[in-house]
Parts: sequence; C-alpha cells; structure tokens
Amino acid sequence: MATSLKCLLRSGKEAAAAPAVGDANRDLAAIQVTVRDALNQALDEELERDERVFLLGEEVAQYDGAYKMGFTGIAVGAAMAGLRPICEFMTFNFSMQAIDQVINSAAKTYYMSAGQQPVPIVFRGPNGASAGVAAQHSQCFAAWYAHCPGLKVVSPWNAEDARGLLKTAIRDDNPVVFLENELMYGVPFEMSEESLSKDFTIPIGKAKIERQGAHITLVSHSRMVGHCLDAAAVLAKEGIDCEVINLRTIRPLDVECIEGSVMKTNHLVTVEGGWPQFGVGAEICARVMEGSAFNYLDAPVTRVTGVDIPMPYAKILEDNSVPQIKDIIFSVKKTLGV
Amino acid sequence: MKTMLAIISNALCRITGKNAVSGSIRTQRFWTEPKCDLHSLEAGPPEKAELTREQGLQYYHTMQMVRRMELKADQLYKQKIIRGFCHLYDGQEACAAGIEAAINPSDHLITAYRAHGYTYTRGVSVKEILAELTGRKGGVAKGKGGSMHMYAPHFYGGNGIVGAQVPLGAGIALACQYQGNNQICVTLYGDGAANQGQLFETFNMAALWKLPCVFICENNKYGMGTSVERASASTDYYKRGDFIPGLRVDGMDVLCVREATKFAADHCRAGKGPIIMELQTYRYHGHSMSDPGVSYRTREEIQEVRSKSDPISMLKERMLGANMASVEEFKEIDIEIRKEVEESAQFATSDPEPPLEELCNHIFSNSPPLEVRGTNPWSKLKSVS
Repeated sequence: MATSLKCLLRSGKEAAAAPAVGDANRDLAAIQVTVRDALNQALDEELERDERVFLLGEEVAQYDGAYKMGFTGIAVGAAMAGLRPICEFMTFNFSMQAIDQVINSAAKTYYMSAGQQPVPIVFRGPNGASAGVAAQHSQCFAAWYAHCPGLKVVSPWNAEDARGLLKTAIRDDNPVVFLENELMYGVPFEMSEESLSKDFTIPIGKAKIERQGAHITLVSHSRMVGHCLDAAAVLAKEGIDCEVINLRTIRPLDVECIEGSVMKTNHLVTVEGGWPQFGVGAEICARVMEGSAFNYLDAPVTRVTGVDIPMPYAKILEDNSVPQIKDIIFSVKKTLGV
Repeated sequence: MKTMLAIISNALCRITGKNAVSGSIRTQRFWTEPKCDLHSLEAGPPEKAELTREQGLQYYHTMQMVRRMELKADQLYKQKIIRGFCHLYDGQEACAAGIEAAINPSDHLITAYRAHGYTYTRGVSVKEILAELTGRKGGVAKGKGGSMHMYAPHFYGGNGIVGAQVPLGAGIALACQYQGNNQICVTLYGDGAANQGQLFETFNMAALWKLPCVFICENNKYGMGTSVERASASTDYYKRGDFIPGLRVDGMDVLCVREATKFAADHCRAGKGPIIMELQTYRYHGHSMSDPGVSYRTREEIQEVRSKSDPISMLKERMLGANMASVEEFKEIDIEIRKEVEESAQFATSDPEPPLEELCNHIFSNSPPLEVRGTNPWSKLKSVS
C-alpha cells in the first residue's frame, strides 16, 4: 500500500516528455524549452533526487479531486513530519480557500515553535490573469502572500527562471509560494547548457537585469517582464533606453538591485498584472522612498498595474483590464516627461 | 482460580460499594469495562482491561499532574501573570493519559488549543509549559508561542484555528505511511470542530488512501458556549466519519480510553485505514479563562460530574477498593506533585522574558541571517535561523 501510494504521489503530471535534453541530440547550441517543460523537467529531477519529495494537489498524478483545505492541510502536515511535499493548486484562486493552512499552519509555525518545527513545502500553481476565465479565476495573489513573514514568494518569468527557482524552492527548508503563469506555460525560451544541468538553481531573493539601460528602470515580474522587454524594444527606436529588471522573487524583494538601477537611471516604473492598491508596485515605491535611491529620483515612481476591477469575461474588456505594451510605453514617456 | 476470585470480588465491590478484603493484591487486576458503542465495526476493544499497580500509579500521577498544572495556570491567569488565551483541560485528564498509555513515543499526536495536557503527556515538563504560558525564555517555545503553540518531538501542537489540525494530522499520517515506519498519528478535535468542512475533506482522503490516522473527538458537550444539542444535527460524533468505522467510549475512565485507543491504533497499524474515536468527557472550566462557564450550564451539572465521574477520583477509588495502593501512597504522590508544580510556577514567574535580540529569529529554517524591517525605516533588525 505504501509503495503504491508513493508511486501515486511521485508520478507527477502526465505531461509530454521534455525535449531530448539529456541525450546526444543536444549539442553546444542552446535549445528551446517551454516554461511548462522546464517546470516538469525540474519536478522530475527533484523527485528523483530526494525520496522525500512528492506531489499532492488537484488533478495531480492519478488523483482526481478538488478538496482544497483538506489537501493543503495534509500537505503541510506531511511537511511537518519529515516529507517534502509540492502542493499544487489548479490556480492560486483556489488557494484562497486553503489560505489558512498556508499562512497559519505553514508560514508561522517555525516562528511559533521557536525553531523546533520547520515546514519544507512548496505551494505552486498558475497565478493571475489567464484568458477568458473571468473574475473568480484571474486574481493575482503576489501581494497577498508577499505580505506575510515566514513565506518566500517567487514569481518566475521564463523557462530558466521556472527551472532554477523551482529547484531552489523544493530544496528550501521553508514554505515557498511559487507563482506560475498559465499564459506563459506554452512559451518557448532558449536555455543554455548550464541552465539545463541537474543542479542548476537560481537563488531566491535575487532579481535579474534582463536588459541594461541608461534612461529609465522598469521593474516587473512574471508575464509582464516580457511586456516590458517588448516596450523597451519599441522605445529604443525612439532613443529611449530602458533597463528592465525581472524581480524573480517577490518576497524577499531585491531592493538593492532596484536601488542600484534607480541610482543610475533616475527614473522608475513598476509593472505588474495585479491590482494597484497595496500591491507589489506600492511596496516598491515605499521601499525606494525609504532608501538611498530616493534622492536620485528625478520624478515620482510610476506604477503600471491591472485595472482596479474584478476581471471581466468579454475579450475586449479583459484585454483592457491588464497592462498592455502601449500602457507601459505611455507611462515611461510620462515619467520621463517626453 | 485466584483471578476468578478477584473478578467476583470486584463485582461484589461494585454492587455493595464495600472495600475488598486484602489478599495477594499488589499485582494485576482484571476490570470489567462497560460496552462501547460501535459504528461499522464487527467488534470493539476487549471488555476487560488489565491494570497493574505500576500502571495505575503512573496514570494517577499523570492525571494529577495535569490537574494541578491546569489549576496553577488558572491561578496565574487570575493574577495576570498569564495573559491572552488560556484553555484549561481539567476534567479531561483521562483522555490525555489514556491515549498516551496506548501509543508509543514514536507515534505522533496533534490537537487543537486545549493542549497543555497533551504537551505534558508528550514529554514536555510542567516547568517548560508554565514558563511558556507566562511568556518566558525558559518556555518550551522560548516564549514565542504561548498557550496554543507548544511543540515537542512527534507532538505538533497546539493549533489555534478550529479544525485546521485535522488535515495536518492526516498529513502526518501520510508521512508515516509513506516512510513505512509503522507509526500512526492521533489527531484530536472537539465537538465544536466536528462540523467543520475540512474535517470531512480529510476523512475522505484518509479513507481513500487508508492513512494510519486515529481521529479522536473529545466531546466535552460544549463548543465554547454552545451545547452539542444546539450545535449538531447529529451528536453521534463517532458515526460522522460515515464510511470510516468509529467507536464511542467513556472519556472519564482512563482504562476505557486506553483500551479504545489501543484498539484503534492496532486497526491503523494493520493497514485497515483511519478510524474515529469519540471520547465522552467534560471540562470543569469554561471554554477559556474569559468564560466563567456557568452561563450555558448549571453549577449543579458541573458539581455532579465532579462528584460522580471525576477521572482521578475514579481511578483512585478503584485502586483503593482493590487494595492496589494505600491512601498514604496517594497522598505522597499528591505532595510530590504539588511540590513540582509549585517549583515550576516559581520558575515560570521568575524566569526572565526572552531578550529583544530574539525578536526576529526563527523566521526561516536553515537560512542565512536576514534583515527584518522594524517599526520604522531606520530600525533594521536581524533574524537568524
């Protein structure tokens, strides 16, 4: 019984096998890997690397079910008793039902027990807006989870982020909220040989400068990083040079990276898919204001965010509920006063 | 022949209420137990429970220690030396003592917030418990947890959110099954939590996966101020697992609790899956220290339980009745316990509070030190694992 349960929990999604990353087909050239495949491959490798790692959740392995509070609590309990579960939510919207277990049973326990009871668990799933799934399935939970001490919150953008951050999250002895993005799953990215190695990890808490620039800093996470890079490409043609920072981690926020950039460019625009009030951009503004970079700002920080409404269904409305590339371009120019 | 005489002698004692004449009595005894209610079970725990003198004295010691510790906590709370939440366990001691007697230290246990008794039976000293209640650095959680958040090896608290501990317990049982270590998890909850949705989610998964989980409902008849009749469409809590077998026993009788728990633990270890136990018990105090406990029940009711069903008195009388121990021996134990509780309270009131340097520690396990924002931007505090 135990063995078959183990198989059930360790078989992972019945996804298509990842492209032939390990065999002779691969040469020195970097290969294209979708975010989905990067995640699955990382999962497979980590499941193999450590016996204690297993998957649990909605529609995972062979288990068809959606009993959110229950399975989230079960995952946390298993983590307390020595296993290393990866608890999967079909979307993070469902985690709202189970959020008590994430916060009160997982995040706070190490502190409450004064270091006696660690909770090595990963909560993963798609977060934020998708396409046509309407209001109850489109919320971004970055700000909600990042608010709480005791959690680490990561938000990968590309395949390399997904792979490296997931491995780090699984190997971390603490609760990590891993915010994926459904619209990014099918997007392929080039991955270097180094990033495809079994022990490739990306540290939690370190942002990455995806594009160097001199005139203005764009800070973003997840899918919006791609939008920022697209906007930067358009702006470059008009002589505006953007530095694009991919946060990778929401909590702890890499304030040092942001400040360093702002001290160089003197202008800052934050871009996120979530709602404006009390969000990631709001936190970045506060932190920049409190720190050494404030005196380097030539203009107030601009936040580009999702529209402050529940997500509508109709395509035209949905498209206009999240930041588009033109919104980023507009905001950059306004911030620069051009 | 001897044992037959003993059984008859006991039965006679029961009927006549007289003390037995001493014979060769300091060894083992057989006690008849009342039948317990069963749900989806062919048979229940054995009707006879064996009690050795050593066991009897040990159970007495445990229960009396918990009783005195809780009464001391009551006192300290009224003196405002303990603050915040304090949910006392006096009256329910037979549950904690009986359960611990039936499981191994390597088994696991998790409960809700009425947890001081279990913290003790799972191995934490009275000193560390009281010092945690008074918020001192010598407390089991260094003063950072308080009444509802005490932990020990294979004891997972102490949980403040009603019902949340039940899925956690099933998760611990999952880990036991996964690791193939033949351990079980005892997961406790009250009559108040028994109607929570997450319990039923958990029952479903535990049954599907045959998790080695003993779910125990401590039915003390009141969820805060609401009696079970007003709270539940069905008060047969041992049946609420539906497809999970269940049994209901007298939670005021430490031997009943022990035998039922042994039975349940064996059921799990045999790979039959989860099982539910309902312990009918009673708390003398209100729900917490802010509840006098008499607005929803009568003083007469409380008094009646105290005089007719007190778990400690019941055990003591039984042992005296069978000449397994003397009045003096019990007195000695009582004195020893009082002394320990008194010394622990002394420690708990004199030990210093945790140093401010500890404020931000223990956020993350096995992580490099990090900076934590204080109350203002210039306050940069340090946190180590």
